[in-house]
Amino acid sequence: MKRVGLLIAAVAALGIVAGAQAADKVKVGFVYVGPIGDHGWTYRHDVGRLAIEKQFGDKVETTYVESVSEGADAERVIRQLASTGHDLIFTTSFGFMNPTVKVAKKFPKVKFEHCSGYKRGPNVSTYLARFYEGRTISGLIAGKMTKSNVIGYIASFPIPEVVRGINAFTLALREVNPKAEVKVVWVNTWYDPGKEGDAAKALIDQGADVILQHTDSPAPAQIAQKRGVWAVGQASDMTKFAPKSHLTAIIDDWNNYYVARTKAVLDGTWKSQDVWQGLNTGMIAMAPYNPAIPKDVVALAMQAEADIKSGKRHPFQGPVRNQAGKVVIPKGKAADDKMLLSMDWYVEGVQGKLPGK
Amino acid sequence: MDTAAAVIVSMMAAATPLLYAALGELVTEKSGVLNLGVEGMMITGAVTAFATATITGSSAIGIVAGATAAMALSLIFAVLTLSLVANQVATGLALTIFGIGLSALIGQGYVGTPLDALPKLDIPGVSDIVFIGPVLFGHDFLIYFSFVMVGAVAWFLYRTRAGLVLRAVGESHDAAHAIGYPVIGIRYLAVAFGGAMAGVGGAYLSVAYTPMWIENMTAGRGWIALALVVFATWRPGRVLLGAYLFGGVTILQLHGQGFGLGVASQILSMLPYLATILVLVLISSDRALIRLNAPADIGRVFRPAS
Repeated sequence: MKRVGLLIAAVAALGIVAGAQAADKVKVGFVYVGPIGDHGWTYRHDVGRLAIEKQFGDKVETTYVESVSEGADAERVIRQLASTGHDLIFTTSFGFMNPTVKVAKKFPKVKFEHCSGYKRGPNVSTYLARFYEGRTISGLIAGKMTKSNVIGYIASFPIPEVVRGINAFTLALREVNPKAEVKVVWVNTWYDPGKEGDAAKALIDQGADVILQHTDSPAPAQIAQKRGVWAVGQASDMTKFAPKSHLTAIIDDWNNYYVARTKAVLDGTWKSQDVWQGLNTGMIAMAPYNPAIPKDVVALAMQAEADIKSGKRHPFQGPVRNQAGKVVIPKGKAADDKMLLSMDWYVEGVQGKLPGK
Repeated sequence: MDTAAAVIVSMMAAATPLLYAALGELVTEKSGVLNLGVEGMMITGAVTAFATATITGSSAIGIVAGATAAMALSLIFAVLTLSLVANQVATGLALTIFGIGLSALIGQGYVGTPLDALPKLDIPGVSDIVFIGPVLFGHDFLIYFSFVMVGAVAWFLYRTRAGLVLRAVGESHDAAHAIGYPVIGIRYLAVAFGGAMAGVGGAYLSVAYTPMWIENMTAGRGWIALALVVFATWRPGRVLLGAYLFGGVTILQLHGQGFGLGVASQILSMLPYLATILVLVLISSDRALIRLNAPADIGRVFRPAS
């Protein structure tokens, strides 16, 4: 696989060289971890890229390299983009963090934007959406919809980002349904429709009647529909893959951010920053609620959405207990960003052990 | 359906695409040709099968179309490596990259299109028996057909004259050529068979396993199939065993996690590959084993001395 990724990257790099002739335009490059056709994570980033083109027309030129594996390939692809006259480069996966920082040091005039990482520099910004706010909404809905009180959660890698999602979901779930529990299955991939589908089947076989996913393909939702249980989509609206089962989805919306950052480069006002936005700025949004969800549950979800936006509700409002039953976030307090960014423990109600703990 | 039966049924479905692709590659390799393009042929088979099944409404026609498309792709490989004597490793890798790109292009309009899964055998009364029903009588026809193919390939390779000739070509193309066998022709057929089987494996993914089309949905299964052939030391029966082992470990580790088993999932995911490396080491240290099973002329270019 590695060698193929390498060859693909080499072929893609040739394409970039060929297209790198025009001057005076701001050139914006994107490095994607999956194919645009995943209809999930990478697809949403590419929608953001197209928004830049639509907004600025002739003033910008965008390029992208898709399916870049997180490793040595990534560094070469990023360097290739930097050395072919790109002014602004978005690297859109956690595993691109070190390569991005490394290349950025060698190209101080190029601006870099890394999604979901924590390392910054004078020319490296980071940005991320507060996806966990969407998990809270999904948790409230799942808690009301489940009959078996077992929720299946397909997780990718045990990083704080994913653990935070599981915890936010579980807290909301048990707020409306204290009997419900969450079974987590780690698939160790962001994208493998077959394996994600297998995980969904395994969870349904073990009694789950709502399937959550923190992986990128629509396969789990589709399996859920086939087996007659509920599902919550990831990254983009997956309704068309499972119109009956798809309760809602947490949609990433990078458009405004990408347009704003490109504008900053055009105006010469770009500065390194760290951005973490949620429902309030529209960086995430909920997909249309399934008409099968009862009206009072939709009202509950929409109220929670409004409360999170206004700051009235925090997804990690104390008291929050960990699996051992110990209070980790005391009553009257909410988790701060530092705690959220390094979260490596499960809350009460999640079954099993966190890998590596 | 109880959990044990559910695990076995999922395991069989997970193993089937690997089994088809590996069986085809086994025959190709037995003729002395190493085609690393399995992944590309599988994904092309997957998208063609899905598109055809969507248009015609028939999964069977879709599967045939998938096999045909993958076979066509394998013939490109055959022309390049056998007639134009290009390097097999490089051409095979190129075939994979080409297949992934081509499938994405063909599949553009089919993302999100619904398709009914391949029907499963359902004998009233029998398929409902506890455990035995779902495990023995609850599958789609491609799973049953995969067993037929294992038998057929084993029978062909070791019980027929044509199979003997094919193996002879793989062992020593010069000797086979000297006796008067059409080395190139036989290898064309073996490559085409390998392509068709990879196509069926891909088709299984897109019309039966997860009935949908999405880019890169084979996600490396073609490479696992290649490893399987080595793991099986080029024996059809062991390919069956290996495919079920590979498929079984994947499914078991997912179920294990759901039950809260304390073993790191990464270790379980790693097992089949460790086993493959172990087999590689074992056969490399035992010369007799290599001579018995691995085709001696695999990957070598054949230029007839006219």
